[in-house]
Amino acid sequence: MGDAVATADVAEYALWLGDDALILAQQLGGWIARAPELEEDVALANIALDLLGHARSLLRYAGTSDGRTEDDLAYWRDEPQFRSAWLFEQPNGDFAQTIARQLAASVYQFELYSALQQSADETLAAIAAKAVKEVEYHRDHAVQWTLRLAGGTDESRARMTRAVGDVWPYVDELFRDEPLIDRLAGIAVRPSALRPGFDAVIDAVFAEAGLVVPDGFRSSGGGRRGQHFSSMGYLLAEMQVLARQHRGATW
Amino acid sequence: MTSPGVSPHETWPLWEVFVRASRGLSHVHAGSLHAPDAELALRNARDLYTRRGEGTSVWVVPSDAITTSDPDAKGAFFESPAGKNYRHASYYTASEGVPHL
Amino acid sequence: MMTAPDLTVVTGDESVELAAFDALIAAEQRIEPRDWMPDAYRKTLIRQISQHGHSEIIGMQPEGNWITRAPSLKRKAILMAKVQDEAGHGLYLYSAAQTLGITRDEMTEQLIAGRAKYSSIFNYPTPTWADMGAIGWLVDGAAICNQVPLCRASYGPYGRAMVRICKEESFHQRQGFEILLSLMQGTAAQQEMAQDAVNRWYWPSLMMFGPPDDQSPNSAQSTAWKIKRFSNDELRQRFLGMLVPQAEVLGVTLPDPELRWDEDAQRWHMSEIDWTEFHEVLAGRGPMNAERLKNRREAHEQGAWVREAAVEYARKQAEKVAAA
Repeated sequence: MGDAVATADVAEYALWLGDDALILAQQLGGWIARAPELEEDVALANIALDLLGHARSLLRYAGTSDGRTEDDLAYWRDEPQFRSAWLFEQPNGDFAQTIARQLAASVYQFELYSALQQSADETLAAIAAKAVKEVEYHRDHAVQWTLRLAGGTDESRARMTRAVGDVWPYVDELFRDEPLIDRLAGIAVRPSALRPGFDAVIDAVFAEAGLVVPDGFRSSGGGRRGQHFSSMGYLLAEMQVLARQHRGATW
Repeated sequence: MTSPGVSPHETWPLWEVFVRASRGLSHVHAGSLHAPDAELALRNARDLYTRRGEGTSVWVVPSDAITTSDPDAKGAFFESPAGKNYRHASYYTASEGVPHL
Repeated sequence: MMTAPDLTVVTGDESVELAAFDALIAAEQRIEPRDWMPDAYRKTLIRQISQHGHSEIIGMQPEGNWITRAPSLKRKAILMAKVQDEAGHGLYLYSAAQTLGITRDEMTEQLIAGRAKYSSIFNYPTPTWADMGAIGWLVDGAAICNQVPLCRASYGPYGRAMVRICKEESFHQRQGFEILLSLMQGTAAQQEMAQDAVNRWYWPSLMMFGPPDDQSPNSAQSTAWKIKRFSNDELRQRFLGMLVPQAEVLGVTLPDPELRWDEDAQRWHMSEIDWTEFHEVLAGRGPMNAERLKNRREAHEQGAWVREAAVEYARKQAEKVAAA
């Protein structure tokens, strides 16, 4: 597995997944030292570290197709070269918004990695097998907090409801099939095939939490084609600023 | 007497965490944490006390559910085993040198 | 579970209990939470352990500042894990202090109201990435010198918390050293950044050991109680002995032209420490005091609705169980 070289198409697919994980890890890193309680600082940092680990494995694999390192890909691509979906690019907001984003992200990633374990690409299958266990815990964390915020005080319920409304327009994009998927039959997971599993989990959680799936805006997104949410430029500027001040440096 | 540190005035109550380092060993007290309920206490314990692979099983107990012996009552409580050394194998010397005993 | 009949022996005479306490200390035994202890011992420990906890919590900020800008993904992961450890360490220490009869809520209130002290080292800014290296190498290095003897502190929960902390921190100083080493082997700009950070953190890290022995008011009692095992100056000397060869490996200059080994006195000779700056920072006039407390206060206040929601949810769940 260590020496496997990704084809251009597989590399592109690895970037979809790796960029999702990287951008979410970057955002969760912003919570450390700011969480509602110390125990939650530790919990969010754990999730961020897991995601960063997934991102590094996926970017490293993507880089084998043209000789780039994980850091080349994270720090030296410009916004149009990133492939993350808009859900992951949504800002932290308050704790409710972060939890709503975590819920959608982790339920999606759990479905994705569960299926990707059967990929004909051994490297992707191995990455998925490790990631799925960690993402299952992220999903549990998000579900626990969704229940508590939705079922807690009037204020927390109002915030959670609003957060779900703010995040849900970006859920649809996760399940859009792109031409790349047709070229990677047996290797990539077809996004549209993940929707029923996602909906079943969300429906169960929302039923227990007394939340409803908001009907309203559904953003078409565009992350897989290099078009990003309005906050993405700021996020990348911050993430890349130091590395780009020192071209050719090692750290 | 309840566990030290318990206070009814805290937002989130205190929990004691016990970790089993590996199969075959007892759960050992690892430390404490704050959590609003048992489910989150368990998850917080996992994140806090097993993030370097320290455990295979975790218990969490509300600190105020623990009743402790009184350290001042040491004499009455813990000294009675003295003089009962017949509870220890080393008391029995006649069998020394006898195989399989 | 053991039920406790009322076995408390009331002596009415504290001198008996004090003698028993002193005998435990003399015998290198540990004092445990429900043991009788002198009020002053309890107060000293609450002050020291909570200050130590506050230092870990405030200490997350100078480094947390660089998590989103770390220059490689490996460094980002290491830094995140380190700052996460600091949250854990603050939490272990608050728990140890809590066994002495103060709650975390009370300690947090004292901190954000500006009534509690924490290590003044964290009131300095971290303007460059090299500060991550210098904090790891110098600040954590000094902290480890201070902390290792605390693993044997006479108060059991404090000693146990320190054992766990020291175990987890073992990578903190090394990762800082590695950051500096990479910078010193890098471009001219990186080398300059590293030397500049060492220049800024060197003196504050030496001040972490506290005032010279002859001006340290609380030391004698803490030593007698076996909370403190070595004097401030002893620890400072030990730290210098570690730093000098490490600085050579790094290729950085320690910013003290007077620093040399004095063979006759068998100690490191150094320039006079500028304690006026230390006292200024301690008194709240350091560059970052206001910002550090503001951030801590905001995190606490903005988290209030979340903490309350969880409590309310737990209450409702318990009601449901009771009704079922």
